[in-house]
Amino acid sequence: MNILGSLIKKEAIHIVRDKRTMFITLCMPLVLLLLFGFAISTEVNDVRVAVVTEQHTDKTRDIIQALDVNSYFTFEGLASDAEVEPLLRQGKIDAALILRTDGAETPYQIVVDASNPTVAQAAVSYISGVVERRTGESVITRTLYNPQMKSSYNFVPGIMGMIFILICAIMTSVSIVREKETGTLDLLLVSPVRPINIFIGKLVPYFVLSCCILAIMLTMAYTVLGLPTSGTIVSVIGVSLLYIVLSLSIGLLVSTLVDTQVSALIVSAMLFMVPVIMLSGMIFPVDNMPLPLQGISCIIPARWYISAMRKLMIQQIGFSGVIKEVIIMAGMTLVLLAAQLGKFNSKK
Amino acid sequence: MNLRILKALLHKEVIMMRHNPIIPKMIVGLPLMALLIIPLVATFDVKNVEVVVVDNDHSQLSRRIIADIDASQELAVKSVLTTHLQAMDLIEKGEADVILSIPPHFSRDISQLDVEANGVNATKGMLGMQYVVSSASSTLRMANIEEGLPVPSQASSVLYRFNPTLNFRHYMIPALMVFLIIMICGFLPALNLVSEKESGTIEAMNVTPVSRITFVLSKLIPFWVTGLLVVTVGMLIGFFVYGVAPAGNIACIYLAAILLSLVMSGLGVAIANKSATMLQTIFVMFAFIIIFQLMGGLFTPIGSMPEWAQYITYAVPPRFFNEIMRSIYLKGTTIFELRSQFLWLTGYALLALGVAALTYKKRA
Amino acid sequence: MTKSDIAISVRDLTKQFGTFTAVDHISFDVRKGEIFGFLGANGAGKTTAMRMLCGLSYPTSGSGTVAGFDVCTQGEDIKRHIGYMSQKFSLYGDLTVAQNLRLFSTIYGLSDAEIKERMGAVMNQLDMESMANAHVKSIPVGWRQKLAFAASTIHRPEIVFLDEPTGGVDPVTRRKFWELIYRASSEGMTVFVTTHYLDEAEYCNRVSIMVDGRIAALDTPAALKEKYHAETMDEVFRVVAKDAQRTE
Repeated sequence: MNILGSLIKKEAIHIVRDKRTMFITLCMPLVLLLLFGFAISTEVNDVRVAVVTEQHTDKTRDIIQALDVNSYFTFEGLASDAEVEPLLRQGKIDAALILRTDGAETPYQIVVDASNPTVAQAAVSYISGVVERRTGESVITRTLYNPQMKSSYNFVPGIMGMIFILICAIMTSVSIVREKETGTLDLLLVSPVRPINIFIGKLVPYFVLSCCILAIMLTMAYTVLGLPTSGTIVSVIGVSLLYIVLSLSIGLLVSTLVDTQVSALIVSAMLFMVPVIMLSGMIFPVDNMPLPLQGISCIIPARWYISAMRKLMIQQIGFSGVIKEVIIMAGMTLVLLAAQLGKFNSKK
Repeated sequence: MNLRILKALLHKEVIMMRHNPIIPKMIVGLPLMALLIIPLVATFDVKNVEVVVVDNDHSQLSRRIIADIDASQELAVKSVLTTHLQAMDLIEKGEADVILSIPPHFSRDISQLDVEANGVNATKGMLGMQYVVSSASSTLRMANIEEGLPVPSQASSVLYRFNPTLNFRHYMIPALMVFLIIMICGFLPALNLVSEKESGTIEAMNVTPVSRITFVLSKLIPFWVTGLLVVTVGMLIGFFVYGVAPAGNIACIYLAAILLSLVMSGLGVAIANKSATMLQTIFVMFAFIIIFQLMGGLFTPIGSMPEWAQYITYAVPPRFFNEIMRSIYLKGTTIFELRSQFLWLTGYALLALGVAALTYKKRA
Repeated sequence: MTKSDIAISVRDLTKQFGTFTAVDHISFDVRKGEIFGFLGANGAGKTTAMRMLCGLSYPTSGSGTVAGFDVCTQGEDIKRHIGYMSQKFSLYGDLTVAQNLRLFSTIYGLSDAEIKERMGAVMNQLDMESMANAHVKSIPVGWRQKLAFAASTIHRPEIVFLDEPTGGVDPVTRRKFWELIYRASSEGMTVFVTTHYLDEAEYCNRVSIMVDGRIAALDTPAALKEKYHAETMDEVFRVVAKDAQRTE
């Protein structure tokens, strides 16, 4: 046990001494949570619209007034027919509403910049909504759980999923590969220390570091971002700890596959960053992906973690709702750790 | 600056690049992966929205609304229930996205339909809700017409400009070049420089009369060339696989790509100069890259950000590149109309290169 | 000793890292063509002192000239007139022997004709013709050290700085390496060499012994042995360095 203690201490000193890396590992989660909680949103809430009209009537004035006060729009003023095209092309407006006065009726046309189809469709539906307000819409709409349709909640699980992979997997793999490069790993392996101890000695300090990050992120999520606190918090912590262990074992896996730090970093970047951002459902819903990619996403641990966190933190479903995710993550962890242990032992 | 020395150093870099076990693969693999996978994934086109209907009306009209929803491409009726509680249960399990409640005597009273969306996935919830609303509205309108009731005139029309098929991929592909340039021109030079630091070869250079500028240029030029190659490969894939070709001037696209390469490589070198180890370099780069990719409007529209965050995006150089690429590709916008974006990018390019050259110290 | 005879001249050169004084007011002169040994235990400040002389590090205080240029202000001029071989092997492993030599020759501004002539001479001298196209990372350590020496002297600098050039090398190769040093010296090159192999000190014209950042002794090996009544440089070193505080 003494040997293990000193190995852990050695690794902890390595981590703490690199002040800059420490600073980044602790600050990155904060900055990302803030940015994504408050800045990034997929909601379309600022459609810049110009109006073209031949002559003002009560109706057109009414519509312009409605656009102007509606918080979903920025009214960019009146334009002539000829100005619409250049304004759209230069990206100065997102849509133009062309009103024709034809007796009692007010037929209209919406010209929209469809470069981004999502924005375009939302813009069209908002504008038609405003114009047709008085035609007796018979549908009312509401959102559940996330009443202002804010994505801030939505991104929290995704960011947590990404941060842990980044920190646990990359830091452990690089630290082990660095010892490979300098030869100190061989030194440890030929010593009488049992391989299992070397292996635990490497992981424990990073596990502790990750727990600190988890504490920071949860505090942020529940205070600044205002996520609803509730009885699920114990499950949130439990599932996160499982995911941290899983990420650490991935780091170990990478460290046995490559021999240089550069390779470890490039492999990590390719293998973790891109899939985690793209395929885990962090930004883009998994259900929308083509089936083969949905299949690939199943082997990405972050996908299961993010899904579990969404259920626990946002939908407030109890632990029973995430058993499937937990079993899958636990299975992945066991397979990885068993493979690693075998490998470490065979080196002796 | 001595061109002969620069040439010799470039020769060295090229040989070392070729010998690297990963870099050549990355040059081919990265654009393929980025352009073949990301466009398939990065779409907000919402499909398979699961709708659960609480039908308390049980009229012919209500059944017709349900049938029309189920028939629409994006929507699927998961089940038709009688109590709102049961519907909420499905939402909580994550098995349904939208609830449509049809109140009792709806067809008789023409009261209001109630649509509720699961806000956990904001995009899917919002768009799913809109699809349900428009499907239900058109059913109601049709029913009114058939019964000879007064209906609002259908004199409206919508013109979708620049991307008439509303294909999200056409929107993503031009901007994906930003991803390629960030990875190739930002990451690789930084790694390259730090690995020379760790192996000690940089000291052998520092003790020679090679000037700062020459040395930094020898590190950057190969990656600029690589970056442009990768962008070219990306444009070819965009054309041959997705049929997306730039509507505007290709020379402007290359100009923007060069400017962004300068920005990213300058940043990478500056970070490497200031870092002692690879881990530090990578973590700082990661922090920049994540923020650049997510704040630059690549995946989510800048217009959706709150005002203070929109100001921050002016500090994110890829933002201007994304705007330039999308405008040129889809709208055929001219360089003159995009002058402010080009000026911003040029400014950042000069800044990044200046910082890169100044932070490279031959002497401690 | 007239001014024109002097290759390196240093007065009260000091380097501090925070509160730690790595090099503490050292002063000495090195004559042209001399083999000047710089001895000291690990951590005594040898490498730090050498890095200041090569223009890799700014002195905290003190003054000095190398090849007639000021160490504080003319670092880049110094670099044109010296060669430097670092403790760590620092040629490019992915380049071949010939490519490495050509790279460094070009950097020092040799013309194509000169490069051709000198590379031929060097390869011949080192018996490395057969290895010209081998990748440097694949050749044995002993050869690498000789190659590093060749790369740092290919432009025939006035002074060459060698930082523990024979570290980790077997005795036979060390002997051969010193033959290279003698040959360079006989061609008029000043050699400034740090080492902790005390037998190597015997090969130098003069040696200085650094202890805790200061120069504790400086003279010819013979004079030092006489002064400290010692048989070998090893004994001299043990007497001089017995009060050393710093260990690794």
